[in-house]
Amino acid sequence: MALVLTDDQKMIRESADGFFKTEAPVAQHRRLRDAADATGFDRSTWAKMAEMGFAGVLVPEAHGGAGFGHVAAGLIMEAMGRNLSAAPMLSTGILATTGLVVGGTADQQAKYLPLIAEGKRLFALAADEAARHTPALVEATATPSGNGFKLNGTKGFVLDGHVADTLIVAARTAGDSRDSDGITLFLVDAKAEGVATERRSMIDSRNAARITLADVQVDGADVLGPVGGGFAILEKMLDAGRACLAAEMLGVSVESFERTVDYLKQRDQFGVKIGTFQALQHRAAHLFCEVELARSATLRALTALDEADERSAMFASLAKAKSGEVAKLATNEAVQMHGGIGMTDDFDIGFYMKRARAAQETFGDIAFHGDRMARLMGY
Amino acid sequence: MTDLESFRTEVRDWLAANCPAEMRTPITRDADICWGGRQAKYTCEAQKLWLDRMGAKGWTVPEWPAEYGGGGLSKDEARVLASEMRRIKARSPLSSFGIWMLGPALLKYGNEAQKKEHLPRIARGEIRWCQGYSEPGAGSDLASLRTSAMLEGDHYVVNGQKVWTSYADKADWIFCLVRTDPAAAKHLGISFLLFDMASPGVSTSPIKLISGASPFCQTFFDNVKVPAENLMGVAGKGWDIAKYLLTHEREMIGGSDSTGGGGRDSLSQVAKRQIGMDAAILADTGLRTDIVRHEMNAWAFALTMERVKDEAKAGQGVGALSSMLKYYGTELNKDRMQLLMSIGGSDALAWEGPGEGEGDVARAWLRSRANSIEGGTSEINLNIIAKRVLELPGA
Repeated sequence: MALVLTDDQKMIRESADGFFKTEAPVAQHRRLRDAADATGFDRSTWAKMAEMGFAGVLVPEAHGGAGFGHVAAGLIMEAMGRNLSAAPMLSTGILATTGLVVGGTADQQAKYLPLIAEGKRLFALAADEAARHTPALVEATATPSGNGFKLNGTKGFVLDGHVADTLIVAARTAGDSRDSDGITLFLVDAKAEGVATERRSMIDSRNAARITLADVQVDGADVLGPVGGGFAILEKMLDAGRACLAAEMLGVSVESFERTVDYLKQRDQFGVKIGTFQALQHRAAHLFCEVELARSATLRALTALDEADERSAMFASLAKAKSGEVAKLATNEAVQMHGGIGMTDDFDIGFYMKRARAAQETFGDIAFHGDRMARLMGY
Repeated sequence: MTDLESFRTEVRDWLAANCPAEMRTPITRDADICWGGRQAKYTCEAQKLWLDRMGAKGWTVPEWPAEYGGGGLSKDEARVLASEMRRIKARSPLSSFGIWMLGPALLKYGNEAQKKEHLPRIARGEIRWCQGYSEPGAGSDLASLRTSAMLEGDHYVVNGQKVWTSYADKADWIFCLVRTDPAAAKHLGISFLLFDMASPGVSTSPIKLISGASPFCQTFFDNVKVPAENLMGVAGKGWDIAKYLLTHEREMIGGSDSTGGGGRDSLSQVAKRQIGMDAAILADTGLRTDIVRHEMNAWAFALTMERVKDEAKAGQGVGALSSMLKYYGTELNKDRMQLLMSIGGSDALAWEGPGEGEGDVARAWLRSRANSIEGGTSEINLNIIAKRVLELPGA
């Protein structure tokens, strides 16, 4: 597939750009933040995203979704990044949908996928246990019990965990703490007995829960994928999430960059626009190149997922690392070039820096993905 | 079968029959690169045969029109040819500033007689060209050049000096920026002249670089007579041609692929070979981090070149593209060469010695430092991006 958007994809980009700019702009983000909103996003926005086909962008048409694919999902996420729109898109629309499409039984797919597309059921992935993303580090246990399993353990950084109806929990049915074999995924009712959820508001004003599982009984029919073989599904979920986060961070980079270049053309010092200073021009020009590289890596990762390319894991790591690095640079430069006003809470640019930081950290930063990419390339 | 598929079959058969076995081995030294020209020295008969066959077919310049010696292929057909050549690891039959730089400018600005005279000779590798741009007093500020060409009847008389003229001592003809109107503003008095390096009054002198090699020359013009019809385009409008040609030069210098494609080993392949592995990990973990950071950028850059080509094909364009590719590509290549030095450790410090290829890495590293200077420095290219793409004030 060529690295250009098709006409259909261009239409999706246009409608996503327009939608988030009017329905979920930075001002909404600020309102939610100021209100210390316990949900962290606007439920009516999510309902509209479902109507637009965004929530079900990866849900196959047979299950009531739009089935537009990953490039389209990335375009939606990019627009969300530009506007800092908070919504359960990543957890439900990307991660859970991928898990169900890749690993779900026909019954599970029929039960959940249409609800996702309609925006009527929220999911959260409860996988990470360490503060530094290490997906195979699973110490939560699943022991046979009744016609299913009993889950015990603690999960951190569960995005949207405080509002989810269903949790996708990674627990160990065999093996040692860092083995990729022996991990099993479970669909767990968030209100089940023994599930304790503790909401944490994060630096980007989004929520991530700490979830404790104490003797939570799960039915055998709620195992997602093969017992002991959950890691391969988890990796697919994470790679879709990583590629989409790369797209969101691309949006963060592009918006921060454009706002900064505008500012360079407006701000006067020493009697001239500060954009006349070569020290700033060269940094801005360098940043332009970096944003273009992040865009290419992101688009490749998304097309690789759509094509089921054998290198899709490598490209997901490349995109997550590169787009994260560029988002860091773009938001750092944005604050620096805005000077004092960039440090104020009244001004929006700081929000972009905070979101960039959180998104970089989510599902592996550049150090994690550098190591992963090297391993995938055989060194 | 689609037209493109039958074309692929045709190409495959032709290459199988016409590409000599010797020309399907990796290029390991400078002499393996074929530059053609009147003074060409071929390493073997196969090298000449391969050039002649590809030249006759027009496939040294697949997309040029057939009437000017090109292959007359569409972009898609040219891609098929390139991929079929990659498949059998065929060497490029001809490296040429005529192809990469002058050709596109001739097609756009040359008159019919000039196109008919020069393009087929470039395509067949008969004439080797050099570029007369920089002068001792005109580097980044190229438009301040002072080499003069005064019209006297039916010819120009050229006087002055060029510098950093790549391979001037091996070239047959020069495309040269000259000042034809000393009274005009600096960008407006410049013209674009083509002339034979064998003309009386032309002399060259190689410049020895820090790498020990002399790919560049000083070139002197002492009352060189050039027929007036050798002026390309309009007198006084040479700067437009100069800039157009520079975009091609910048894409050429910036556009090399270091992800392991294009016949070059990736850094990690070299590192695995030279440093070795410890279990599944490169035995030097600190360097491994540096290498993977580089490879990420190399991949993202290669994908950007691919995307930009796809976008150009779809009629979308990224502005000041050549400046971006030149800036980023050359900085990336310098980083690659520095890492190759690190991977080689003390072995890479060798300058001369009994072993095969000793000194190659060090010399290649030193040569690479010029990448971000020649054809417009990194800083000049950042200026161009700031001005043309970002439209920053006063840039």
